[in-house]
Amino acid sequence: MGKLLTIAIGSAFINNVVLSQFLGICPFLGVSKKVKTAAGMGSAVVFVITLASLVTSLIYKYLLVPFNITYLQTIVFILVIAALVQFVEMFLKKKMQGLYNALGVYLPLITTNCAVLGVALKNVQNSYNILESVVNGFAVSVGFLVAIVIMAGIREKIEYNSIPGAFKGTPIVLVTAGLMAIAFFGFSGLK
Amino acid sequence: MSKSMERLYNGVIKENPTLVLMLGMCPTLAVTTSAINGVGMGLTTTVVLVMSNLLISMLRKVIPDKVRIPAFIVIIASFVTIVQLLLEAYIPSLYAALGIYIPLIVVNCIILGRAEAYASKNPVVPSIFDGLGMGLGFTLGLTLIGMIREILGAGAIFGFRFLPEGMDTLTIFILAPGAFFVLAVLTAVMNKIKQASGKASDPIQCSMEMCSGCMNTECRGRMEEIEKQ
Repeated sequence: MGKLLTIAIGSAFINNVVLSQFLGICPFLGVSKKVKTAAGMGSAVVFVITLASLVTSLIYKYLLVPFNITYLQTIVFILVIAALVQFVEMFLKKKMQGLYNALGVYLPLITTNCAVLGVALKNVQNSYNILESVVNGFAVSVGFLVAIVIMAGIREKIEYNSIPGAFKGTPIVLVTAGLMAIAFFGFSGLK
Repeated sequence: MSKSMERLYNGVIKENPTLVLMLGMCPTLAVTTSAINGVGMGLTTTVVLVMSNLLISMLRKVIPDKVRIPAFIVIIASFVTIVQLLLEAYIPSLYAALGIYIPLIVVNCIILGRAEAYASKNPVVPSIFDGLGMGLGFTLGLTLIGMIREILGAGAIFGFRFLPEGMDTLTIFILAPGAFFVLAVLTAVMNKIKQASGKASDPIQCSMEMCSGCMNTECRGRMEEIEKQ
């Protein structure tokens, strides 16, 4: 239990996926204009990464390791993740309309999110077992959700500020992200 | 200017993936803690890009249109795996420095973007030069960012420290926040240049471009849908 908690806090806050690992920068910059859409994107990421962590660690343990083909992990993981996202989208559309309406738009955007593949590879690299992988995946994606929602909140305020012309748009968002990264350094005291 | 040279110019200057198109942001921010890491990552990506452009261009009439994206991904992932194994065997120091970002070259928007936008529609030789141009442009961008961060953060350039011992440096620039700040200033400079040359484009558009370069052709429409909400 202690180890799971360490993994969770470490992945969600200390090594925040966006602000210190730089994974999933595209959606972090692209879909963080409004808190509502940011929260939608974040929840979809939580859903997909947790599921993908489970599936990829199962495949790694019961397919790649027994057949001694672990060097194929990159190819296998990216295909599994792409197929998984498509499948989840079809399943939600058919069976869970409410959830689909909330998350559906964001799902195809996530396939290209390097955070999903990054988490799957990190799980293998740190030789986590299946439960630890799922906890790690969940924690990483919660870290993403927290970061993108904070970012969207700040950006909604920035809209009303006067910014030097050259810094409008992406540059000011990057400066904000840098300041958030400094703030997240505070969490390293939790270690 | 011949077609090949035009492709090189396009990749390095006109449509520089890092500085103009802002593609492949994950490795750009993550591995540029020093200039040499930037060069290593850039060249690794260039090799994958040239090889995948070559193969995809050769197979462009064989791959059915409907399954082209999965086919491209498999080709790219195979080359990434080969490059990863070669690096692990021959340049272990670079392999250790780049770590998880080597397999993540697979999801780098630039590679799939070039496959989709150029190599799948053009003959082999221009496709090779297109990959080479884009790859070198990416290397240039990463090296530039790596150099700035290394000079400010470690007082060194390509590993050679030029500041006297005991003199403090701005360590924050080789840490995570420094990456954001350096890229912010660089994009601001690019914006200024664009404004001065009269091509004032909406800076937010780059997030859309990020999207259109990626593997999802649906993605752009979805982004617009989200924007409308």
